[in-house]
Amino acid sequence: MAIQPIELILGRQFIDGLSMPVFLVDTEGNLLFYNEPAEEILGIRFGETGSMPVEEWSTIFKPTDAEGNPLPPESLPLVQTLTHHKPAQGSFYIDNLKGEKHLINVSAIPIEGRPKRFLGAMALFWNSNFS
Amino acid sequence: MKIKVWGCRGSLPSPGPENIIYGGNTSCVEVSKDDTLIILDGGSGIQRLGKSLSPKIKELHVLLTHLHIDHTMGLGFFQPLYNPNIQVHFWGPSTALEPLLHRLRRYFSPPLFPVRLNELPKHPIVHEINNSEFEIGDIKIKSAYICHPGPTLGFRLTDGDSVFAYMPDHEPALGSANFPHDADWTSGFEIAENADLLFHDGEYTAAEYQTKIGWGHSSLQDAVAFGALTKVKKLAIFHHDPLNSDERLSEIFEECITVRKPDYEVFLCKEGEVFDLS
Repeated sequence: MAIQPIELILGRQFIDGLSMPVFLVDTEGNLLFYNEPAEEILGIRFGETGSMPVEEWSTIFKPTDAEGNPLPPESLPLVQTLTHHKPAQGSFYIDNLKGEKHLINVSAIPIEGRPKRFLGAMALFWNSNFS
Repeated sequence: MKIKVWGCRGSLPSPGPENIIYGGNTSCVEVSKDDTLIILDGGSGIQRLGKSLSPKIKELHVLLTHLHIDHTMGLGFFQPLYNPNIQVHFWGPSTALEPLLHRLRRYFSPPLFPVRLNELPKHPIVHEINNSEFEIGDIKIKSAYICHPGPTLGFRLTDGDSVFAYMPDHEPALGSANFPHDADWTSGFEIAENADLLFHDGEYTAAEYQTKIGWGHSSLQDAVAFGALTKVKKLAIFHHDPLNSDERLSEIFEECITVRKPDYEVFLCKEGEVFDLS
């Protein structure tokens, strides 16, 4: 992975201290970091995977609707945020690597550094199974 | 390129007989190469620099890492600004909204200063930069935001094969996910990497730093660790605490070296010191 700008470095520090699941991605959607609560959603630990290219983590993270039908990527909040550089929200189900189904509510926000440099996004999850 | 230190004290000018060796003026460093003159920061040291310039100088560039007062307080006393035959360029960090020119006007206006920017005989040319790359004369400059309160840049100046990195105010231990072990996730890494000479913040002892986390400065030990991570050839500790005398600075430096045992050259920056990178 590339040397990261300070906004993403501090973003990672912030996420690392949260008890809610958060993903941090770059402009291409590569998963730069996910915190310990997010490990529960993915079913794997960041220490084991490190950062993951979008092609890799999209095979692990498979959103579906209530009937288990795969959702098109463009309907996902994080993809919308990366595409349009705007916040987006949504809910869906995922099966993690452990085979557990989770209902997930997601709020994705763009990360824009000074002066108006689009750097990536954060996806904040609310895991309804745990609420 | 030739590098001369006109001020390496942090936060507040600290003149006095107890500060003869390392000096009392705040951040100001002159970088010159042939007809190119670049000045890093406008702390109190810039006043003496301004008086020393050759009358042949017609253009110069002041690169501001940030606008904290110890990096700008000398600008109003910089004589070239009052010489209509000299074009001064200011380069400084962008913010999200307020233009650099407006932020500079806050200093160049009452009650902080009696002379306004537009009252100068030749208005400085203002350049906003962020994570940028540009050239002044033969010197290539890379700037990047680094970890310090408010928009703050580090500068990497390259002349041929020689690299000088300047980060007078920097707290990499805060802006890092796993300091000092993960280069890609360490603030300022790309600015300092493999530099021949790095000027880096080292204001506090390791114990002092524990009560000042988030203030934007480093301990000497963290500065040494940052220099090792970035594999610089020489590290000059910069931004000396205004409360520390020459005697105290030497004492805490020796303590740091004893603990860290760097395998590269580390020393305390001194006002008046000159380096020739070629």
